[in-house]
Amino acid sequence: MADHLLRLEQISKVYNAGEPSQTEVLHGIDLVLDEGEFVAIMGPSGSGKSTLLNIIGLLDRPTSGRLLIGGKDTGLLDDAALTRLRGESIGFVFQYHHLISAFTALENVMMPMVVERGFPDRQCEARARHLVERVGLAKVADHLATNMSGGQQQRIALARALVMTPRILLADEPTGNLDTQSADDVFALMREVNTKSRTCFIIVTHNKTMAERCDRIIEVVDGRIHEP
Amino acid sequence: MTYGLPLEWIVAVRFLYEGRLQTLFIVVGISIGVAVIVFMSAMLAGLENNILKRVLTTQAQIQVIAPDQVARALRGKGEDMEDATVQRPSQRVALIDQWQSLVRSLRAEPGITFVSPTTTGSALAVRGEASRSITLIGVEPETYFHIVKIPDYVVAGDARLTSESILVGVELAKDLGVRVGDKINVTAASGDQRVLTMTGLLDFGNKGANQRSTYVALRTAQSVMGMIGGVTSLDINLYDIYAAEVMAQSIMASHRVVAESWIKTNAQFFSAIQAQKATNTLIRLFVGLSVAFGIAAVLVVSVIQRSKEIGILRAMGTTRGQIIRLFLLQGGLLGFAGSMVGAALGAGGLFYWHSVARQSDGSELFPLMLELQLFVYTAILATLTGLLAAMAPALRAAKLDPVVAIRG
Ligand SMILES: Nc1ncnc2c1ncn2[C@@H]1O[C@H](COP(=O)(O)OP(=O)(O)O)[C@@H](O)[C@H]1O
Ligand SMILES: [Mg+2]
Repeated sequence: MADHLLRLEQISKVYNAGEPSQTEVLHGIDLVLDEGEFVAIMGPSGSGKSTLLNIIGLLDRPTSGRLLIGGKDTGLLDDAALTRLRGESIGFVFQYHHLISAFTALENVMMPMVVERGFPDRQCEARARHLVERVGLAKVADHLATNMSGGQQQRIALARALVMTPRILLADEPTGNLDTQSADDVFALMREVNTKSRTCFIIVTHNKTMAERCDRIIEVVDGRIHEP
Repeated sequence: MTYGLPLEWIVAVRFLYEGRLQTLFIVVGISIGVAVIVFMSAMLAGLENNILKRVLTTQAQIQVIAPDQVARALRGKGEDMEDATVQRPSQRVALIDQWQSLVRSLRAEPGITFVSPTTTGSALAVRGEASRSITLIGVEPETYFHIVKIPDYVVAGDARLTSESILVGVELAKDLGVRVGDKINVTAASGDQRVLTMTGLLDFGNKGANQRSTYVALRTAQSVMGMIGGVTSLDINLYDIYAAEVMAQSIMASHRVVAESWIKTNAQFFSAIQAQKATNTLIRLFVGLSVAFGIAAVLVVSVIQRSKEIGILRAMGTTRGQIIRLFLLQGGLLGFAGSMVGAALGAGGLFYWHSVARQSDGSELFPLMLELQLFVYTAILATLTGLLAAMAPALRAAKLDPVVAIRG
């Protein structure tokens, strides 16, 4: 049996374990995702969607359970290896675009490659320019990231998340802060990348119509998942 | 982005540039501190060097003379002084016993560069109607001129000494009305008389010395003063001028002579210099501390302001080490930039002060000593201070949990 791209086995997360404020946010989550999937995660706020995404994205470690990426048990990796794996296989898009304000749009897109190599080169720039074009923002490539509209910033954030050709792209309410038109643009763009590059998208959203345009909807309620 | 430049450098420079007001203020702060240090150090070094030069080119670092046998208070068996008034023997010159063997053993000492036997005494210089009392200094030019740079003081004629020549200070020459080539009658207290030819005119930049000091060959002095083969002092120079006092003590411990170091004879000046140095060190320390705290404060604030960006960089795969270097670098760059501006300010201040501050006679108050070394050291020190100050903020930044930073 071929390894799945992503496999969660009995993942739980407890915040502030052992303290009076201890809260168990995720309870034994099992989930399998493969290349090319386009998944929506829905659920009331506070239900643990972001926590789940952060664990999948290797930003946070589960309290118990196993997370396998391409068959590799991430629990066995140290911090440095985790950082490396995150850099090369996972892209993030957050609700608040989180571009680095000291850099231009193009430079923000280059950044993950620069981080991986340790320094920028011609190749980084060419690839970043290509992605900026792909998200339709070639004209504003050299604007400071903060001098762009919310929709533009989110498209740049998407380009940045894609620059390393990650196998998994995690988007936490990527359109939650955008007007309908911009939200549609960003969503369409993600869909296009998914079909062309077979990148696995996991998108947290509160938007019902958007979720229905995904291939699969996963509901998180009180730290457990339900699939209709 | 400049191709090939490390990530940490690129981000550090951008962060500093983006926060330019903060950057500007802290750089100005560091610059003022560095300028004060550069200004003070250069001025102090100039003064010290000036005085040292004046002292050490006119006198030996150690002078060895015969032990003062009579001029010692008589003590009884108890601690009471039996005779408190001690009379120096009248003008009698004390010769050093067996000076040749002493010279030989001193020349064998590793710390000693030159040993020069000298015979000094009082005499009367006569030229026509004019007569002046002089100090006749008989020297061995080959060694003595390494200790007291007589050739440097020659303003007319030259410093060569034959058995018939005498070098005379400018004041004395004026008083006697002599010029280079003229004859001078020299009479010693013992009554001997010699006619010497003035071959060089000296200006020591000191009226007393210009009035009294005359230089002749050692043998000439010995014969004029009736001390054939005897010397009154040994002049000594060392590799390390500051070792003079220790060396003088050790000479006295192993030979029956009195050895006086320049440090002792210039004790007042010496302790003034030491006090200045201590003050300077303290000022440096405190300026350095305030610079360090300034840099640390700015960077701590920057870590807080940029915690989101740090979180994003971490999410992209930036390592903790890279984050640490990013902030250390900012500290180092601030220190370096401040030290450059500060060095320029300090040098400018020195030039200005040097041109404005004059002694009453219009001569410079202190010599302008701008040594590259001082600037290099200051720049290195300021950069290191910046790096050190950035340590705590850098560690703090590296410890940020990306999840918390991004959500925050
Ligand atoms: N770092 C944390 N420490 C303590 N509690 C946390 C932390 N992060 C999230 N939580 C709590 O966990 C629960 C789930 O949060 P989150 O995953 O952000 O939910 P969602 O994204 O579905 O709104 C919430 O009650 C939240 O307060
Ligand atoms: Mg959330």
